[in-house]
Amino acid sequence: MRAELTVNGQHRSDEVEPRLLLVHYLREVCGLRAANVGCDTTSCGACTVLLNGTSVKSCTVLTVQAAGQQVTTAEGLAADGELHPVQAAFRQEHGLQCGFCTPGMVMAAVGLLSENPDPTETEVREGLEGNFCRCTGYHNIVRAVLAAAAAASAAPTETAVPVDTEPAAPVDTLPAEVAG
Amino acid sequence: MSILGTRVLRTEDPRFLTSGGVYTDDVVDERLAGACQVFFVRSPIAHARIRAVDVTAALSAPGVVAAFTAADLDDLPAIPPMMPGLMNDHMTRGVLASGKVRHVGEPVAVVVTEQAYQGEDAMELVEVDYDPLPAVVDLAAAASDEVLLFEEAGTNIAANFGDASTLDDHLFDGCEVVTARRIVNQRVAPAPMETRAAAAAWGEDGRLTAWIPNQGAQGTRSGLALLLGLPEEQVRIITPDVGGAFGAKFGADPEHAVVAWVARRLGRPARWSETRYENLIAMTHGRAQQQTVTIGGRRDGTVLAYRLEIVQDAGSYPRIGAMLPYLTIMMTPGPYAIGQAEAVARSVVTTTTPVGAYRGAGRPEATAAVERAIDLFAAEIGMDPADVRRRNLLPPFTEPHRTAFGALYDTGDYATALDKVLAAAGYQDLRREQAERRARGDVIALGIGLSSYVEITGMGDGGPQAPEENATVEVHPDGTATILTGTSPHGQGHATAWAMLASEELGIPVDKITLKWGDTDLVPQGGGTGGSRSLQHGGSAVRQAAQELIEVARQRAAAELEASPADLRFDVERSTFAVAGDPDASVPLTRLAEEERLLVRTVFSAPGATFPFGSHLAVVEVDTETGKVVLRRVVTVDDAGFVLNPLLAEGQRHGGIAQGAAQAFLEEVVYDGDGNPLTASFADYPFLSATEVPSFELADMQTLTSYNPLGVKGIGEAGTIGATPAVQNAVVDALAHLGVRHIDMPASPQRVWQAIQAAAGSGAGGSSTGSENA
Repeated sequence: MRAELTVNGQHRSDEVEPRLLLVHYLREVCGLRAANVGCDTTSCGACTVLLNGTSVKSCTVLTVQAAGQQVTTAEGLAADGELHPVQAAFRQEHGLQCGFCTPGMVMAAVGLLSENPDPTETEVREGLEGNFCRCTGYHNIVRAVLAAAAAASAAPTETAVPVDTEPAAPVDTLPAEVAG
Repeated sequence: MSILGTRVLRTEDPRFLTSGGVYTDDVVDERLAGACQVFFVRSPIAHARIRAVDVTAALSAPGVVAAFTAADLDDLPAIPPMMPGLMNDHMTRGVLASGKVRHVGEPVAVVVTEQAYQGEDAMELVEVDYDPLPAVVDLAAAASDEVLLFEEAGTNIAANFGDASTLDDHLFDGCEVVTARRIVNQRVAPAPMETRAAAAAWGEDGRLTAWIPNQGAQGTRSGLALLLGLPEEQVRIITPDVGGAFGAKFGADPEHAVVAWVARRLGRPARWSETRYENLIAMTHGRAQQQTVTIGGRRDGTVLAYRLEIVQDAGSYPRIGAMLPYLTIMMTPGPYAIGQAEAVARSVVTTTTPVGAYRGAGRPEATAAVERAIDLFAAEIGMDPADVRRRNLLPPFTEPHRTAFGALYDTGDYATALDKVLAAAGYQDLRREQAERRARGDVIALGIGLSSYVEITGMGDGGPQAPEENATVEVHPDGTATILTGTSPHGQGHATAWAMLASEELGIPVDKITLKWGDTDLVPQGGGTGGSRSLQHGGSAVRQAAQELIEVARQRAAAELEASPADLRFDVERSTFAVAGDPDASVPLTRLAEEERLLVRTVFSAPGATFPFGSHLAVVEVDTETGKVVLRRVVTVDDAGFVLNPLLAEGQRHGGIAQGAAQAFLEEVVYDGDGNPLTASFADYPFLSATEVPSFELADMQTLTSYNPLGVKGIGEAGTIGATPAVQNAVVDALAHLGVRHIDMPASPQRVWQAIQAAAGSGAGGSSTGSENA
């Protein structure tokens, strides 16, 4: 089937199997590998992306279901080389260690803050309940989301949900080197 | 001002936050172009003879390149148990099961396809004819040898640690009070967010390059070479980003060898990425000990004697898990001065997933046992558990203290850690609130749990060799520097921490220093990251290499400036050598790298392991009507010596506390009586989520060690060692007034509710519930 959709601001048209999951489309067809697959049961949230600005688990969306819609991945969040405020807060508060859950966690946090710009700690924890992290004990992730919310309320112009931002990295210039 | 001890943000973060880490499944490399996909057909039965494996139907499915069974891989050697000699030598396995399967999830066949989805389809078409045998799940049943996993071994006992027949009948003579309890340290899943994976390509020179998520490329190289029957020089391991490991990614697994074998057989690169289902049934599990503790002493709170008896569930094949009692026994008395103590253990095989290392590996089990025992004793004599601890903790010491179990504690001040955590938590106020709730009959009971611990970090190879690690530091003419390390970060932040150490000596900014690791051609030696060893050995090596580099550079600077080396001062702030008394005669460090490479490789060697310590306090609320436990607070003192970067150290503590708490009240790998795993997905395994823990309260304490120039000990496993018994003790404490004396982990609502009912039924005579079988 042909799927036409917008990924990180770029229009795409690809021939895909009807059963192709959005996460596999993003990773294998688009070469956008920030979103990860961490489970088989829609439990862990490592694959979270934004679909029209709302966070979804891309392992549970068929590519063809996303046709005509706007997908934003972690690669599309930073603009002009600057970290998105949520990304910056994750760094500032040490909200990531191994990094595997991080792109999904950041997208879930962006989605959460777009719905609730001034959450309490309990609301942050409940909002991220579907995103697992094994490294941080969630402590600094919660701090990061609260810090991002506080920064946004102090400077409201930075809070726009970046559905339409330009992709930070073109599809064909993904990091190919191996770390280490 | 020194950068050491300051809160430096991680240099690795921007990459992880924007394009994401490059994990094994993400690696794009020309050597892997056209790779086929490997899928494992796994046993759905715990224990069975394999009558036949038929891959014919699978071979004709779309996209299938090949399919193999154990018969095809008969050129690979059998895998001996870890530590042959100590372990029963007959407990061997193949990379694929042949003859028998011994746990659900054991790989039986492989299907190789062009694309991933094709493999998922084709696996269904492999027909395996199993002749089921009785499962062996219960540890007592395993030890009875009625059903043998390895007939040729003649027993299910993989190893004995000490001899139970030599236990001292008079150990508790003279005690006014003696109490004993069987407790379960349940099986849990390491469950790193990134599952296992591999990518393999063979060069025209017959050399294998394998990308494998691991905790130490050099150990993985050794393991993979052994599995493939190759000399180590023929194997190159490249370590991509690693999405968590927690002890379960050391070495090489049979699946890794199969992927390499497939690539060689088919003459094209091969890749594998396991599903979470596979991960939960085929990656090693952790803990899985059944313990019997006996503790005795005087009514004034003095503990006189303690005995620990362990049955370790090794799972189906003896690996690191079968060795865990070695470490547990070594830490038997924990931080206490107990006049008489003894411990014995045996490891048995069961028809379950093999047990391996999991964050703490043997030490959390020791702490859980003695901390539960101390609370049982305190309850028996009606004394505050904090007072019992304070009375029995070893006094502060600065010269190494040798225990009766062979451990050499380097430095310790255990009572201060306890007092600090009590003060930070407001212990007396908590006790007052608890009394008030009890007085008014509040259905939400408040529980306060303590643990004091001492643990081992940075062990050597277990033999006579001192623990060591290497590092290479090179300064480049463009003002940057590169560090090569034998450690292997997978979330710990070595790129930042090691750069801080080098920057301190070289005067080169942290963001101009690059860390490389995990490629065995680049770093042929190394001990990897595990056992909380990295900073004390790997970090010390980086510091030492940087200091030695300055001395090499000093000679070059002296030649350049026509001065005596002794007259040169290295100004770290300016990263420049200058002649004393003549500041105009100077040369920048980086210029000394222009004509000849400026690098030093060195090996740091430590006199021995270090023993960090601390105290944790947990506060829980328990709904006495439903048994539901809510974790309200965790307050900790974790003293691991000097803190290089508080940001990183606190992150390690947070993560460990969460995993430790999760074991206490949530997580458990469960098998039914037939050996079927009931927790084989994240929908069933109660993986900790953000709503189930509070923010943690960390108090600072730094008692330096003399075993390395930084004064650092390991911090990576403090959380799982301290938090687990603190939370468990808190749950029991919440219900102490109802007569509950013990609840096995995890303190699930069902188990807590049953304990309350049992206590009510027995008239508050000291009740407990727990699964009888680990």
